[in-house]
Amino acid sequence: MQNKLKLEVITPYGEVINEEVDEVYTTGAEGDFGVLPGHCPFMTAIRIGSLSYKKDGQMHYLFVNRGYCEVLNDRVLVLVGSAERVEDIDIERAKAALARAEERIRRAQAGEADIDYARAQAALERATIRIQLATKFIPR
Amino acid sequence: MPTLRDIRKKIKAIQGTKKITSAMKMVAAAKLRKVQDSMFRYRPYATKMQQVISDLAGAVETRGDLPPLLLRRPIKNVEVLIITSDKGLCGAFNTNIIRTATKEIDRLKKEGLNVTISVVGRKARDYFRRRDIPLKNVWTGISGRLQYTHAQVISQELINAYVSEATDEVLVIYNEFKSVISQRVVVNRILPIGRIASESAEQPVFIPFTYEPRAPELLAMLLPIYIEIQIYRALLESQAAEEAARMTAMDNATKNCDELIKKTTLIANKVRQASITKELMDIVGGVEALKQTEG
Repeated sequence: MQNKLKLEVITPYGEVINEEVDEVYTTGAEGDFGVLPGHCPFMTAIRIGSLSYKKDGQMHYLFVNRGYCEVLNDRVLVLVGSAERVEDIDIERAKAALARAEERIRRAQAGEADIDYARAQAALERATIRIQLATKFIPR
Repeated sequence: MPTLRDIRKKIKAIQGTKKITSAMKMVAAAKLRKVQDSMFRYRPYATKMQQVISDLAGAVETRGDLPPLLLRRPIKNVEVLIITSDKGLCGAFNTNIIRTATKEIDRLKKEGLNVTISVVGRKARDYFRRRDIPLKNVWTGISGRLQYTHAQVISQELINAYVSEATDEVLVIYNEFKSVISQRVVVNRILPIGRIASESAEQPVFIPFTYEPRAPELLAMLLPIYIEIQIYRALLESQAAEEAARMTAMDNATKNCDELIKKTTLIANKVRQASITKELMDIVGGVEALKQTEG
């Protein structure tokens, strides 16, 4: 039998994934990377983006917030602020968040001082990726 | 002398109060269970992240270039973050924390330090507003719907102030949840982080990790998360402590109501007895009078 990877995704709200999988792909601090069984020990920070894994020939997709990833002895440990399966993404909410973030950025650029530009930017990024993921991968 | 009707009305009122307090006790108990549940689910994330960061810090420390959040500098400006609740009716919960906080602030001021105050919760905000003490940051509306993002926002604010050297030290004062019947006020220094490498006696097994980016930069990226973890834990603890305090307070209130009902019922019975005796005396007196006129 072929070697498997143990994938653990843990957030402050609890464990999201704890499964034996074949492949893992996600976005690291310096670009996307993939993990197959037998990967060398590896540590990186995770950026807001997607995490996908292959299990029994089937791809699964998740939205992940920023955090940390460690690969050691065929065990992939992912610690992120939040993670949700693509199927669970609430598109309406993401769209509302996107509109809100755009509005805030527009106002910040217009010179309103009390708006946190960086936070609005991050919110925009999260919303955009959520929507992208959801429209791309939700089986309809 | 109150009439029987007045007393009966009073008993009804107390019974109403008792219903409310015991309902609030149940609500607090349910909420406490919820918070305890999220504390439980939070634990694996916190412990693993802490482990990772302290290992990494250990690896970086031996090489000797430390990110700014780990460095200490002479302390001139201190920021105090005080975590209270938004709602009252939870016994001495907020009073305790504010008392400790003001004491701590006075102590720091006596040492000649500049103190800025940030608060979580309406209760601390109101306290300092009433005394015209300026507050740097105010976060309200957190209790009851605490999210990890709250911790992220708060940490970001604290880290910004620290990195821009507006503050040289950050203290967090909150209620720690020890058990349902006891909460303890704790003062924690969260910035500068100081030493976080675990001081386990056993030599850690050296694993040739590939770091991306290099270890010091990776550590610098993860350190904000370390702060977030502590803030989130403080917020969770405070929430649990708040609900536990409310539970105890409401339990006491319910017991008080019981006692009051007992006492007032006693008075009501006495008054009833007295009025019966009076009526009897009237009747007996009337009969006597009749006898006399007949006789």
